[in-house]
Amino acid sequence: MGGSSRIVEVEGLRLAYGIKEVLHGISFAIDRNEIFAVIGPAQSGKTSLLRCLNRTTDFIPSATVSGSIRVDGDDIRRVKDVFGLRRRVGMVAPLPVGLPMSIYDNVAFAPRCSGMTAKRELDDIVERCLTQAALWDEVKDRLSSLGTALSGGQQQRLTIARALSHQPEILCLDEFSIAIDPVTTMRIEDVLKGLRREITIILVTNLVQQARRLADRTMFLWNGEIVELGPSEIVFSDHPADRRTYDYVNGIFG
Amino acid sequence: MSAVPLTPGGAAAERRPTRSTLSLLGERVIEALIKLSGVSAVIFVVAIFFFIFREAAPVLWSKDFHILEFLFSTEWYPTSVSNVRYGTLALTVGTLSVTAVAIVLAVPFGLGAAIFVSEFCSPKLKETLKIVIELLAAIPSVVWGFVGLTVMSKIIVTLTGTAVGVNLLNGGVILALMSVPIIVSIGEDALRAVPDSYREAAVALGATRWQTVYRVLLPAAKNGLLAAVLLGVGRAVGETMAVLMATGHAVHIPDGLLNSVRTLTANVAAELGEAPAGSSHYRVLFLTGVLLFWITMVVNVAADLVVRGIRRK
Repeated sequence: MGGSSRIVEVEGLRLAYGIKEVLHGISFAIDRNEIFAVIGPAQSGKTSLLRCLNRTTDFIPSATVSGSIRVDGDDIRRVKDVFGLRRRVGMVAPLPVGLPMSIYDNVAFAPRCSGMTAKRELDDIVERCLTQAALWDEVKDRLSSLGTALSGGQQQRLTIARALSHQPEILCLDEFSIAIDPVTTMRIEDVLKGLRREITIILVTNLVQQARRLADRTMFLWNGEIVELGPSEIVFSDHPADRRTYDYVNGIFG
Repeated sequence: MSAVPLTPGGAAAERRPTRSTLSLLGERVIEALIKLSGVSAVIFVVAIFFFIFREAAPVLWSKDFHILEFLFSTEWYPTSVSNVRYGTLALTVGTLSVTAVAIVLAVPFGLGAAIFVSEFCSPKLKETLKIVIELLAAIPSVVWGFVGLTVMSKIIVTLTGTAVGVNLLNGGVILALMSVPIIVSIGEDALRAVPDSYREAAVALGATRWQTVYRVLLPAAKNGLLAAVLLGVGRAVGETMAVLMATGHAVHIPDGLLNSVRTLTANVAAELGEAPAGSSHYRVLFLTGVLLFWITMVVNVAADLVVRGIRRK
């Protein structure tokens, strides 16, 4: 554990919903402490890929997964404690979901689920995570008000703080900026740059520019297959390895 | 896209679909009908109260009737020749105690079953259970009365060794059995109305199923769940036939679960047929109806305040 520089290794991953296969046997690896972007048009399997990572595909009765996914060396099909796995892989959904409880309780949710009850520890976690998500200054005086009463951008930062509260090794963001304004998006992007020192970030995005700004490496996923995977300088350059990447990035199709 | 001219009277205005006067009129009519059906609910409640009260009112000034005795005396001797007494306290206590037993049994079972059906069981089992539960809710109360009179009373006699099986416990159990299907189906609706995104968010944070239920779903669905409990309780308070058959029908303040009791509703049902129309006895029975009406109203208003209180928090 922890020795390898690869934190996620995916091999021959296939995912089907019923008879419709959405991921056609893809293989790739993600390095520790990198920002790894996944770009691609709608319906190309980006969100499904994230669902495989924290095994929330378990909740879709028709979903069948084959191939292997290793998180930090552990095969996630075989982990005994799937709840522990989900704490190692933080997930931020496209539309912010403030749980119907106070801001404090939202952030303290995951620690409490894993059995932490000491008020001091919880206080520390709440403050640290909200600070990391650049939300602390805005909400520190009203931690007991409802999380759902925050603005869209604040709620999205709240969900990021919540995802950080269980100290994940990997933070997955699924098109986090579709519901928020550009200024807040830039603030969250700064937050992500800061977080990279501590954790690995998987960024699924429709915004090609966002991937170019943030990602060390970028994977172009199209119709459930990897078209190209490489350093962002090359993927977004004038001469990527695959012609389709160039066309997609430059808006010629997609 | 080609530019569409926006000038009034241009080609665009001609193509724009317009509503005919008739359909606008139709809209008005539908609106009025909906308003009428909403208002009619209020009218019916007021009218029911008025007509029951009109039958009951004359006795309020009669010489053998005292309102304090009616409310706070346990002596119910409506047909006594020498000394007629109309005290309903024992009946009120009977209604409240049977309801309390029913709530204690039905609420945990009902909510538990609602949570199981909505969150834990497989889709196939869920369909089956829902059909069975709806079937249970449709069983007529007199059939439940039979169950109380025969099956449940035998069980109680065997288990507790008491002499008489028709008593407070029997009535409470039967009422609980009648309320559970209502609590389950409405509670299940309330839980299903919680957006799936909440479940996904909780699960992605590493919550187990049960943690998801009690930390997220129950708080999110609390209003609906409270409504489910209230409708169940409402059925218990107002139920007549089943309790008439299952409680033993003795006018007596119970001092244990195995005492027979009589409820307000059962009393009206049993005695109204024998009371000569227009007599004091007849009018007092109607006044009992008014009392029941107030009890349910107080329960509903209290519940409404509780719901508002929760919502504000």
